[in-house]
Amino acid sequence: MSTLRTRDLIINIPERRDGFALNMTVEPGQVWGVLGPNGAGKTTLLHTLAGLLPARNGWVELNNAPVKELKRRAIARQLGLVFQERQDTFPATVMETALIGRHPWLSPWESEQGEDQALAEQALRALDVEGLSSRLLNTLSGGERQRVAIATLMTQNPDIWLLDEPTNHLDLHHQVRVMNLLRNQAQSGKTVFMCLHDLNMAARWCSHVLLLYTNGDACWGATESMLVPEALERLYNQRLISLKKDGLSVFVPAP
Amino acid sequence: MTRTLLSLSIVALAAMMLALAMGSVTVPLPDLWQVIQGDGSALHRTLVWELRLPRAVAAFATGGLLAVAGALMQVLLRNPLADPYILGLSGGAAVGALLAMLAGMGTLLISGSAFAGAMLATLLVFGLAHGTGSWTPSRLLLTGVVVASGWGAVITLMLAITPSHKLPGMLYWLMGDVSYARTPWPALSVLVVSIALIMPLARNLNVLARGPMQAAALGVSVRPLEWSVYLLASLLTATAVTTAGSIGFVGLIVPHMLRLVLGNDQRVILPASVLAGGTLLVLADTLARTVIAPEQLPVGVITALLGVPMFLYLLHRSR
Repeated sequence: MSTLRTRDLIINIPERRDGFALNMTVEPGQVWGVLGPNGAGKTTLLHTLAGLLPARNGWVELNNAPVKELKRRAIARQLGLVFQERQDTFPATVMETALIGRHPWLSPWESEQGEDQALAEQALRALDVEGLSSRLLNTLSGGERQRVAIATLMTQNPDIWLLDEPTNHLDLHHQVRVMNLLRNQAQSGKTVFMCLHDLNMAARWCSHVLLLYTNGDACWGATESMLVPEALERLYNQRLISLKKDGLSVFVPAP
Repeated sequence: MTRTLLSLSIVALAAMMLALAMGSVTVPLPDLWQVIQGDGSALHRTLVWELRLPRAVAAFATGGLLAVAGALMQVLLRNPLADPYILGLSGGAAVGALLAMLAGMGTLLISGSAFAGAMLATLLVFGLAHGTGSWTPSRLLLTGVVVASGWGAVITLMLAITPSHKLPGMLYWLMGDVSYARTPWPALSVLVVSIALIMPLARNLNVLARGPMQAAALGVSVRPLEWSVYLLASLLTATAVTTAGSIGFVGLIVPHMLRLVLGNDQRVILPASVLAGGTLLVLADTLARTVIAPEQLPVGVITALLGVPMFLYLLHRSR
């Protein structure tokens, strides 16, 4: 179980004045959703948390150790990331793609063993792509590829899961399936931290929400306290209609 | 994987036998077997041990070096069109070699000068691409391609001002010719040592092929890996160019053909490239010195003539 903490963190968005410093603690069992308009810095924040981008100020701690002092391999054993965009110059099968998740766990001379294979198969099953395992990635639909990417993270099996819009390209059923999977992972001790565009998903599946504003302002807390219509309208600069049904908040944009 | 490499090794061995048997005087297989056992006629022993074996080993090592360098460059630049020469290294080597030939130096100095030219070209691209901005494959690629066309202009200029009696030697060098190889052992040792160095990194390269961000997220120290691969691929290419001039197509086509058939796991592709690249060049060189014997053809022409239809066929029937 791993805890992710930010200390006075200001992410580096070009040509933006320093924003509000983030002092968050993201703990095992929690599901965080990051909401914000385009360009607010959601992806930059995710990459900064993973140590892939330098912060403008402050730092990120992984289990009380500053991320920038850790080796990439040590980070990859504790923290994994599903990117919004992926590069596939060379053809690769779904199974090969899932198996690269084992990379941080294998020594240079080791090759993937039966148990690595088993982990990959289990992940592909969980994401409902086990039937595609020998297909080439570039023959899949966008939603199928998205699920393969999440399966790769599941095969990597880090304590902290960072996901950049994990429900992109997914149909309704698979959106629900992925969000349930993430919640179950959190309940079993993982930490889940993801960027989302869907307020209703955040309302239903996230325990915590971080609102990132275009000007660098930010606020965070338990979902119920954060998802108030006034704050969200200011966030997106868009009037909202909010409904309550069976204790569940539903937001739709006003025309 | 083991089966693939084993069958490629058998093919490579067969190609070597063919190279030892064929030539101006054919050594029939039974006689060849006697020679290998330390027997046979004096003529056959000289032919096999002193003339054909060093040349066949040099061809094999050069082919292996070029194919591995190509496979590495393709992953490094994440561009399937990359080959060992794409960053202008062969241009630097050629300018070095042609300068030495113009000055009327001997073979050894021509080799040394070619190697110096290749390393100079490497450092030039290395330094320029490093620049002040961020380092990206497309930046490296552009720098390399522009520097390469610069070398190309210098080569044309040198050919234009060279007295005509010196031209044939230069043209042969530019098209690649294994008969320049005085001894096969430097090339072979560089090949063996580099493969031993790169194999533990092969899985890292698989991850790097998915892009630098994904690789970093999976625990790869991207920048050090990229620079080591770049320097190693350059050293391999420089050694190959120094051994046998600039032989085209092997570095581009061999890794590709293997990827079409075997997939893109570098743990298989790198050793398979050594075997397939070596085999291709041994066969091409055997053809080059037998087709219109006693005249010889530049081996680069043969690799292209063999490689292009083979590649197009594989590309056509691939998934």
